[in-house]
Amino acid sequence: MNEKTKQNSVPPQVQQQNLLPLAPLTLIVGHYGVGKTNLSMNLAIDTARSGKQVTLIDLDIVNPYFRSSDYGALLKDEGVELIAPLYAGTTLDMPSLSGRIDTLINAAGENHTVIFDVGGDDVGATALGRFGKKIAAHPHAMLYVLNAYRNLTQDITEAVSLLRDIEAKSGLRATGLVNNSHLQGETALATLLASRDFAENIARDTNLPLLATTIPHPLLHDLDASQTPKASNCPKSSAFFPPEVPLNPYLVQVYVHTPWEL
Amino acid sequence: MSEKVLMKGNEALAESALRAGCRFFFGYPITPQTELAAYMSKRMPKEGGTFLQAESEIAAINMVYGASAAGARVMTSSSSPGISLKGEGISYMAGADLPGVIINIQRGGPGLGGIQPSQADYAQATHALGHGDLHVIVYAPSTVQEMADCAYSAFDVADKYRTPVMILADGMLGQMMEPVVLPEPKNTAPEKPWATVGHNHARPHNIVNSLFLSADKLEGKIKERFERYEVIKRDEPRAENFMTDDAEIVVMAFGASARIARSAVVSAREAGIKAGLIRPITLWPFPAFAIEETIATAKSYLSVEMNMGQMVDDIRLVVAGRAPVEFFGHTGGVIPTPQEVLAKIEAMHEAIGGKAAEAAAALTGGKAGA
Repeated sequence: MNEKTKQNSVPPQVQQQNLLPLAPLTLIVGHYGVGKTNLSMNLAIDTARSGKQVTLIDLDIVNPYFRSSDYGALLKDEGVELIAPLYAGTTLDMPSLSGRIDTLINAAGENHTVIFDVGGDDVGATALGRFGKKIAAHPHAMLYVLNAYRNLTQDITEAVSLLRDIEAKSGLRATGLVNNSHLQGETALATLLASRDFAENIARDTNLPLLATTIPHPLLHDLDASQTPKASNCPKSSAFFPPEVPLNPYLVQVYVHTPWEL
Repeated sequence: MSEKVLMKGNEALAESALRAGCRFFFGYPITPQTELAAYMSKRMPKEGGTFLQAESEIAAINMVYGASAAGARVMTSSSSPGISLKGEGISYMAGADLPGVIINIQRGGPGLGGIQPSQADYAQATHALGHGDLHVIVYAPSTVQEMADCAYSAFDVADKYRTPVMILADGMLGQMMEPVVLPEPKNTAPEKPWATVGHNHARPHNIVNSLFLSADKLEGKIKERFERYEVIKRDEPRAENFMTDDAEIVVMAFGASARIARSAVVSAREAGIKAGLIRPITLWPFPAFAIEETIATAKSYLSVEMNMGQMVDDIRLVVAGRAPVEFFGHTGGVIPTPQEVLAKIEAMHEAIGGKAAEAAAALTGGKAGA
């Protein structure tokens, strides 16, 4: 990756080479169903466990199914504050944004991380546009989540073009990429490895740093037990993994689930 | 081998329909089927087809009627309240022997109900999707893969029998993501010599209509159609039987609730209870054969549904008093949990065990007294 071009395209206040620690305002954007909610929850919980105050804003006002608001109890147990759309999960569910979001943008800082789980596509990012100018004036990161197996953004041109649409609607520029390629329960090491070119090509095309490749926790069983991290939930070093595992691994728990998974 | 991709159920239905040669989609937006129409609006123009958001559900189904009469592979989709509006048009299609695919991503009812998943349109889909003497073939997929497969084959089945076909799913299946292998695209719809595509003075003109001015002729037409329904009832019922070989408690569930019931059945087996699952894939024709296969070992049946108990009546018709048939469900958008279903299975197991123990005790008591 070319360091100089990257510095030219990304404002200095949002320079970031590692996924963690998160910027005070961290926006998670991407195509519908690439795994934004699960990633947001992992980032929120890991950051809370590191001792910081964390607020997760469910900005998904496009789709009433499978979003952060469904996991309020779990987040509360982990000490993560959840800001959900008013009446989320009820039939009164409507595209409303909490009045607290403005306050939280001001409150975010070194010890208070505010994560936005943004709705899918440019349609979902429209809600972010309401706060675009204000966010731009604060230290922030906008992470574009990739999944090489997600229909309609498997083509590099499609994935980049969607990113540009999201940027246009939100009024913000992406500052980094997260390769969250997976096939749910069928994810194998080979699944991850096969997604590497896809993610690296998008990083090259967009001049954005590829901050992490997520490794679903259940996959650790496939790896050598001696290399399995025991206590850490977010290994920062790739030394935990065999050499062929992509760099910057970020271990994620699978929180988002269907009602029949016991 | 085709590559696996992650798709939502709604998207898989749309993409598979395109791959089956569907080139016309008429719809009207409603949650939770929104992505299906949205996907069609993006993809259909790229395939040279027509996506049209109609002014209402009623307009959309009548456009389906028109496109089908002209021989096209055509689809519409909606969710519960919208399907009620389409009922008239579906009846007209059945009355005119028109093929077409109708998708219902069910939500809570009656009335506007709610936007959470439901299976409360089972009775409507299988018994009264429109007025008059009619049946519509109804598929109930329970995975995103099966949604893709059903949407692909539904067009062939609809053309083969010249009948509307419904795919009955729910908000949970429509919205959830799973890995799926999409079917290969095809563009070979069967010949439709009955279609109203212009006769060029080379043949008598075709008429697509459901109106008959003489009662005799209408009765004759309906009887002819019911002979076709008999063929469908003979050849098309489909079900998956899971762990039913020696099952004493046979659970029956379709769609999303079948996945919950399956988890419960696996847990029951781990607890030493002989439970099994029948998962109907066609709701009409109802897969009576799958029940017959279990009658010999079954001591009781349990229907698990996301409604107040609708399919349970069809199970009772087949079981016909040979075993008790019970029901467990939630409605209004509430999804039963595997734990609740397991508790019900355990209670039924205890009741059976209890009776057996009583019988054994009575026998022993008799012997001891003799």
